[in-house]
Amino acid sequence: MISITDLHKKFGKLEVLKGIDLKLEKGQAVVVIGPSGSGKTTFLRCLNILEVPSKGVITIDEQTVDFSKPVSKKQVNAFRKQSAMVFQHYNLFPHMTALENVMEGPVIVQGIDKATARKKAQALLEKVGLADKADEYPFQLSGGQQQRVGIARALALEPKVMLFDEPTSALDPELVGEVLQVMKDLAAEGMTMVVVTHEMRFARGVADEVLFMDGGVIVERGKPEDIFSHPKEARTQQFLSLISNTDAI
Amino acid sequence: MYLNSIFTDPVRLERLMDISQSSWLPLIEGMIQYTIPLSFIAFVLGLAIAVLTALARISTIKIFQVIARVYVSIIRGTPLLVQLFILFYGLPTIGVVIDPFPAAIIGFSLNVGAYASEVIRAAILSIPKGQWEAANTIGMSYAQSLRRVILPQAARVSIPPLSNTFISLIKDTSLASLILVTEMFRVAQQIAATNYEFLLLYGQAALIYWLVCFLLSLGQGRLENRFDRYVSR
Repeated sequence: MISITDLHKKFGKLEVLKGIDLKLEKGQAVVVIGPSGSGKTTFLRCLNILEVPSKGVITIDEQTVDFSKPVSKKQVNAFRKQSAMVFQHYNLFPHMTALENVMEGPVIVQGIDKATARKKAQALLEKVGLADKADEYPFQLSGGQQQRVGIARALALEPKVMLFDEPTSALDPELVGEVLQVMKDLAAEGMTMVVVTHEMRFARGVADEVLFMDGGVIVERGKPEDIFSHPKEARTQQFLSLISNTDAI
Repeated sequence: MYLNSIFTDPVRLERLMDISQSSWLPLIEGMIQYTIPLSFIAFVLGLAIAVLTALARISTIKIFQVIARVYVSIIRGTPLLVQLFILFYGLPTIGVVIDPFPAAIIGFSLNVGAYASEVIRAAILSIPKGQWEAANTIGMSYAQSLRRVILPQAARVSIPPLSNTFISLIKDTSLASLILVTEMFRVAQQIAATNYEFLLLYGQAALIYWLVCFLLSLGQGRLENRFDRYVSR
């Protein structure tokens, strides 16, 4: 489903991704963890080409892009359609209602007629538990509700892969659960997901696989119970102990 | 002396009232026929130029940036009156003859374009990067992102400064009198030239300008309210 070969990303002289290789199966939910600056967010953004990789080959489903060669806008647009991103700060369109936010992609990008798109958007809002908030503007919604609209907006494009970039990091603690629940449901339905998160409980409960990144490479990967209970690499052990310490505080 | 003579001399007072009364109509005609159309057309064309110039300024293509910078620099660095004179009196010497009204339209549009481009550039840059990314990630092209996501939000931010630009423009159109456009101020000059009541005529013109600008600022308030429906207050 997803295959990544020797992915590099440089910002000027700073190499943030130093060769990532990864293969994921359809329907897998993968959680990426790692310290800040480890490149996990950059890695995720490369999958949607919000950052253009410096080198490497990415295949999602039937489309392959080789970033060693110049990539055309057309290629980027076609490739992007396979995945959809959910952002840490939601990035909803503030001048559109929840419903309009969800309809925007289908109507403007996919050219679906408004009535059909409206029905679909309404159904998606219902799925994330926000049917009654369809006509509210983002500023009228809580962070958790905004993020769920963000997920509905991403789903509206019927992506093959959902990408989550620290979707709960900006939320008040009591609002985290409602967003994780939606993500959990998606995973249970068999959506292929790549999730960058600090929510270790979510990683444990939902992930089919956990990747630990540090210094621009994947240091360790495995089943959540293996990674969390007996990590092999010293760096993984150190990171996990730091996290569990702060949990204790 | 002047004031005295008005209040002490009933004949003169009556003459002033007569002139004033018969002047309102031609003045308002000048406003409706020329000042307002000139202002509106120049503002709309100017805005179009401004958006293109702003986009050129923030584009990554060097040559676009340079053209936009030079254009803004020239227009902002030279007096509007000089620009109008070059268009109307200057260009004919090299065989380019433009009638007063179109010359004024060109001059004012270019002027508004340069000033408003800075407003629009700032407004576009004030929209968080995440909005571009969200538009990109749902598959929008550059043009779609601009039209659907960025410009509608930038418009909200731009309303107060662009209203300033528009109000300035209405008043600046009085300069068109000097390239023979019979807009309101030229009408005032023409009437005053026949009866020498300069204070009266220019005062009447000032009053009408003020009234129009006042109505426009009411319009600005309504427009702001409309755009503010999606932000918390």
